[in-house]
Amino acid sequence: MISAHGLKRAGSDPSTAIVLLITVLGALWALFAAAYAPDAAMRGQSWLILGGFLTGIILLVGAIAGGGVVTDEREYNESLIKAGVIASLFWGVAGLLVGVVIAFQLAFPVLNLEAFGFTSFGRLRPLHTSAVIFAFGGNVLIATSFYVVQRTCRTRIAGGIWPWFVFWGYQFFILIAASGYLIGITQGKEYAEPEWYADIWLTLVWVVYLLVFLGTLWKRKEPHIYVANWFYLAFIVTIAVLHVINNLAMPVSWLGSRSYSAFAGVQDALTQWWYGHNAVGFFLTAGFLGIMYYFIPKRVNRPVYSYRLSIIHFWSLIFIYIWAGPHHLHYTALPEWAQTLGMTFSIMLWMPSWGGMINGLMTLSGAWDKLRTDPVVRMLVMSVAFYGMSTFEGPVMSIRAVNALSHYTDWTIGHVHSGALGWVGFVSFGALYCLVPWLWKRKGMYSKALVDWHFWIATIGILLYITSMWTAGILQGLWWRTYNALGFLEYSFVETVEAMYIPYIIRAVGGVLYLAGALIMVYNVYRTVRGDAVEVDENVIDQPALEAAK
Amino acid sequence: MYEILSTFAQTWGLLIFVALFGAALVYALWPRNQARFDAAASAPLTENDTPAMAGETEDETHVRA
Repeated sequence: MISAHGLKRAGSDPSTAIVLLITVLGALWALFAAAYAPDAAMRGQSWLILGGFLTGIILLVGAIAGGGVVTDEREYNESLIKAGVIASLFWGVAGLLVGVVIAFQLAFPVLNLEAFGFTSFGRLRPLHTSAVIFAFGGNVLIATSFYVVQRTCRTRIAGGIWPWFVFWGYQFFILIAASGYLIGITQGKEYAEPEWYADIWLTLVWVVYLLVFLGTLWKRKEPHIYVANWFYLAFIVTIAVLHVINNLAMPVSWLGSRSYSAFAGVQDALTQWWYGHNAVGFFLTAGFLGIMYYFIPKRVNRPVYSYRLSIIHFWSLIFIYIWAGPHHLHYTALPEWAQTLGMTFSIMLWMPSWGGMINGLMTLSGAWDKLRTDPVVRMLVMSVAFYGMSTFEGPVMSIRAVNALSHYTDWTIGHVHSGALGWVGFVSFGALYCLVPWLWKRKGMYSKALVDWHFWIATIGILLYITSMWTAGILQGLWWRTYNALGFLEYSFVETVEAMYIPYIIRAVGGVLYLAGALIMVYNVYRTVRGDAVEVDENVIDQPALEAAK
Repeated sequence: MYEILSTFAQTWGLLIFVALFGAALVYALWPRNQARFDAAASAPLTENDTPAMAGETEDETHVRA
């Protein structure tokens, strides 16, 4: 019931009851799994799941006893975004740290501790990729999408307790997935490693996320749906479709961890890379373009350079990206026409990608001086520059002849990281640097100098990373195809492994620098939230939040 | 089943997608939409710190904020 003032307390509304029911059922299932699971890994994992659901029940009972979740339609829900910012920073540091560990493991294999199986590269590598993409990136996307959709629709987020269910449910998914990898639970699909029970949980959380987002759009007070919301919506819808289809599987037992995919052979490979590449296209690109289209105009206080271009950017990205997946399967059992299709659409992606990059950069028209004065703008601009570079490099690598050289080499790893560290990482850090003073109502970040340090240290880290991987990858690709006069391979495989020693060390140092930048940011955010920001940042004071607070 | 699906995808499916994309282009480039897009381009810059409430004009929101 909405009162005259728009204030609503959800003490015992149906939503809270449904969430309580979900957690109770989940706890019961986990209890049965703890007792009867056919495999030891699941018996171990089920205690964690049980603990998670019990924590959920305790939180819910506490919320109900305290009068329920307060929904004040006169205010935006900002505590939700604050929680998302903190979660993003936590998972960001965790994911980067694991990345540094596995980078050193590749240079120094002795770091795979034989006595502790969970420290092996095979277990830690999916932990790293999932932590940075889904835990860090996912939390940034959920937090910023909830912020942007509220602001640009001029209405509080819909759904009462449900956005909180999305937030905590997503953290719970991360915990289940990550702990599963460490004890050896995986379905072996790259970027889709979590097993069926974690997949079902994520599906539930994701559908609720979609409904919360749509509900907020539905009750918007602004007739036009701002372009950033289109990108976020495409990200949410497409990830739901990709996740459900790629994870269609039959569990061996309703209480066990193992399942078998509905697909086999080349169909399985194509489904997996249709999923895998669109995870790049819609999770790591469309979602973060939503961030670009809100935070860059907002931070530089300039309108989007061309709104028309942003619409064309959106639709051409949507229509083209979904077909690019087969370029991951050149020279495989996949029919050649399908490989060519994937390659062609990947090359066509140049246009929307560069259109979007130009649109993001040119939004600075009339405010180019901020590149010099505001390190956060510098970070955002660098991220868009990396977006341009990696969306140029990607199509080049998708060409079959280039792929013959680059595939299975570290060039791919370098390419991925120029996108992930440069584009996704920097646009996320930039958005978080904007959000922290806005949300906690501070005059600016605690230290602008530390933002600058973060920017330069991380940029040098990325450069070390991608240049070492280019060298490594091209060397591997060339050595693997070098024949001697008699038609034999000139180099044995292990020689190309030995040659990686120095590039791998350089790469690990690059990773350490990037992690150091993130740690500087965590310290800076901590001091800002604590209220130590004294320096007035004119780029922050312009925001209406602080205008009102004066 | 494969024949039916692939025939559809290669004929009508292709046409539908091209038509939909064409419609998006027309919408984006339609001259009369210019004013609306100009307003939308600065949407992040004109927002308030509180949601708009029912029955309230934009000016009233500013006063309340």
